[in-house]
Amino acid sequence: MIVLRRLATALPVIAGVIVVTFLLTRALPGDPAVYFAGPAATKQAIEEIRHQLGFDRSLPVQFLDYLERLAHADLGTSLTTGQPVLTELLTRLPASGELMLLALFLSVGIAVPLGITAAMRPGSGVDHACRVVTTAGVSLPTFFTGLLLVYVFYYLLGVAPAPLGRLDVFFSAPPQHSGFYLIDSLLAGDIETFCAALGQLVLPAATMAIFTLAPLARITRAAMLEALGSEFIRTARASGLSGPRIVFVYAFRNAVLPVITTLGVVLSFMLGANVLVEKVFAWPGIGSYAVDALIASDYAPVQGFVLMMALLYVLLNLVIDLVYGVVDPRVRLEA
Amino acid sequence: MIGDGNAVPLLAVENLGVEFRTRSGTVRAVDGIGFELRRGETMALVGESGSGKSVTAYAIMGILDAAARITSGTIMFGGLELLCAGERAITEIRGRELAIIFQNPRTALNPIRTVGGQIADILLRHGNVTAAQAPGRAIEMLAKVRIPDPERRARSYPFELSGGMCQRVMIAMALACAPQLLIADEPTTGLDITTQAVIMDLIAELAASQRMATLLITHDLGLAAEYCDRIAVMHAGHIVETAPTVALFATPRHPYTAKLIAATPGGAPSLEALAAIPGALPDLRRGDLPLCRYSERCERAAPACVERPLPRQVVEEGRRVACHFPL
Amino acid sequence: MTAALRHARYVLGENPVTAFAFALFFVFALCAALGPALAPYDPLASNAGESLAGPSAAHWFGTDQLGRDILSRIVVATRLDLGIATTAVVLAFAIGALSGLAAGYYGGWIDRIVGRAVDTIMAFPLFVLAMGIVAALGNSVANIVIATAIINLPIYARLARAEANVRRGAGFVEAARLCGNSEARIVLGQLLPNILPLMMVQVSLTLGYAILNAAGLSFIGLGVRPPTAEWGIMVAEGASFIVSGEWWVAFFPGIVLMTAVFCFNLMGDGLRDIVDPQRRT
Repeated sequence: MIVLRRLATALPVIAGVIVVTFLLTRALPGDPAVYFAGPAATKQAIEEIRHQLGFDRSLPVQFLDYLERLAHADLGTSLTTGQPVLTELLTRLPASGELMLLALFLSVGIAVPLGITAAMRPGSGVDHACRVVTTAGVSLPTFFTGLLLVYVFYYLLGVAPAPLGRLDVFFSAPPQHSGFYLIDSLLAGDIETFCAALGQLVLPAATMAIFTLAPLARITRAAMLEALGSEFIRTARASGLSGPRIVFVYAFRNAVLPVITTLGVVLSFMLGANVLVEKVFAWPGIGSYAVDALIASDYAPVQGFVLMMALLYVLLNLVIDLVYGVVDPRVRLEA
Repeated sequence: MIGDGNAVPLLAVENLGVEFRTRSGTVRAVDGIGFELRRGETMALVGESGSGKSVTAYAIMGILDAAARITSGTIMFGGLELLCAGERAITEIRGRELAIIFQNPRTALNPIRTVGGQIADILLRHGNVTAAQAPGRAIEMLAKVRIPDPERRARSYPFELSGGMCQRVMIAMALACAPQLLIADEPTTGLDITTQAVIMDLIAELAASQRMATLLITHDLGLAAEYCDRIAVMHAGHIVETAPTVALFATPRHPYTAKLIAATPGGAPSLEALAAIPGALPDLRRGDLPLCRYSERCERAAPACVERPLPRQVVEEGRRVACHFPL
Repeated sequence: MTAALRHARYVLGENPVTAFAFALFFVFALCAALGPALAPYDPLASNAGESLAGPSAAHWFGTDQLGRDILSRIVVATRLDLGIATTAVVLAFAIGALSGLAAGYYGGWIDRIVGRAVDTIMAFPLFVLAMGIVAALGNSVANIVIATAIINLPIYARLARAEANVRRGAGFVEAARLCGNSEARIVLGQLLPNILPLMMVQVSLTLGYAILNAAGLSFIGLGVRPPTAEWGIMVAEGASFIVSGEWWVAFFPGIVLMTAVFCFNLMGDGLRDIVDPQRRT
């Protein structure tokens, strides 16, 4: 089946990712055991850690150890919190996930209609707006946009809440089902919490969305222009098909293919920008977890973070490939 | 099959002019052309590439490029003036009364939609079919154009079909609602010789059975000779001669027509390959184009050809020549 | 050569925005080259009496929390930011283009190894990988450069490989081989100059991305340490003052950062129009 075949092509990539993350854990200058034991460790503690984490064995054996620990879902322990890294990552994943999903939704929801309209009305105001968005959006540093939005909407206009995380101090988190506050609060029927959570989400999601808007709008516009100018659209017009049918069923479905491919690049941006946005908005997600650990020279969380993000990215790319195959029969049938 | 002498022509183009705005100037692609087509009649619009044949076809269908401007003329189709009719009226008859098939059939089809689906789209748009009936009727159309195993083929995509089969699908789409006029724009270019003949025969047969008029656009004079009752010869945006096929070949009246025929041996190859006609098409962006655009290539040219407006002499019944000094 | 210059002048004339971008680049290059000489104040001199002063005639961009003149710090930071980005891009280009050329030209196991390495790098979200590399190698400016170089490698490798593949069987390559040139000489002497124009377009675009990257890494506290002046770290320092209304501390470095990236992106687009007008979007 196609899914299995795609999975098979992803395996060597996953292998590469695991090898690289392993090498990254062993690339620390100096004695790795010292780093993992922490700055306050005694000589004996360092030796214990060295033995425990296998730094006294040869490199290939260390790699097998690493694989074994991965198989047992052991990503090490955080020095600063004392908790297993994997547990902390999983606990904080919904926060990042909610943010990124909302940002993606906003981004696609604005970029695609913008691109389509710009392509349908070349030279119009919308077209020029699209081009400005496209050129400027790619230059905006995400962290700067975030700060600007906070300044304008929180400080100047007072419409946005303080950038202090997922919920204001007056609210408590809804009972946990998915970890997504928006969904959980709706499930509990708690509209106030829903609105509060949404309010906190808007600015960080908008920050991320602004950056990813640009490539998506650009590719949608370009793809729609090409589709609209193609010969089969001329045939559709000559057959008297209605305007909306031509634009959406005929043109857009063809144009959406390069857009789906671009989503892969966009996701790469998002997973990286996530770190910056979480720092600006004090968002308790996996990005801020990794950054805090990195500054504290606590390396296990950082490595766990890199590995998790990479695996997530590989998985998401797989999903994108599959979606592409669904839309484009040429890929499905020629395989 | 000759038209049955109906008094009112199905299609009457008069004094049509089309120009294109391009970066390098305005191209006067078509200037003052006119011709008539009766029900059931087959006519060819023949000319070198760049002579304005496709532009004429697209103008009739109303699918010209955005950069195009119709500067003059009228196109009467079955009582409706196409150039004045609203967009709504046009999209009603397009695909239903008036249909076109294109060169390069594979690129003219939607690559990610099944061929059956594309035919059904047209049926649903124009015909009185329900959504449930449409797929079945689409399969019927595929059978009508002699595509083997139509039920299975209806679920195929264009990339799975050969060029000849794609052209049949296009024909099925064009004929789905039994139009009164079919425009065939270079339908066989890009197909191999045997497939060409098969496709043209198919078109001729279907046209005859439905009493459908056909306007064949081609650069292939031999092809025109074989399948058409009448031929209109185009040169640089003008129609230089219109005549019934036999008469055209027996006694060409325009110098250009004579040269064309002389350059086309019986085997029906393309004109480009045997260009023994001196000179080339004039650059249509020039502001100083002579009134007869063939005069610069014509050995019989006289001052009158440049100064006096082009005549539309009716030489005999059903023949017209645009020349001051016809042969 | 003159034909190329004439064509360049034509494109710049047609497109004033691109000409503007080139002019802007010149300004940045000037700031980077002359740095401290251009700054009105000493970028490191703190002056507690004037801390957090808004923009004024004396301090066009205001002062930060230690009373340092922001404009001076921005001007001086140009050298560091552009330096990091340029070094990283040059490294990425050198290693990426050469390995890509080799992969595309020779094929075989070289192609497989380079392909696998590139695929592995691209399997990571690039900023995350940069973080991981800096975490692994140690928190220093040199490692920021290395990390940025690594994550930009794949673009050049893929571009070079594709171009080498296309040109591998071309006439001029055959001719060079028949003249007795060694394979390496063909790659370096014939293929490389041939793909340079496209590469230059990519270099300009990558420079913009590299600046963003480096600033992002220093924003989260990697690489550059205070009191060094660098655009990203200046925005980070100014971030805590945004909520209390002292916007200029973060705003001006951010705007300059944005302008630099914008400038390189426009230049890249302009270069693309000069080099290969067909690929215009």
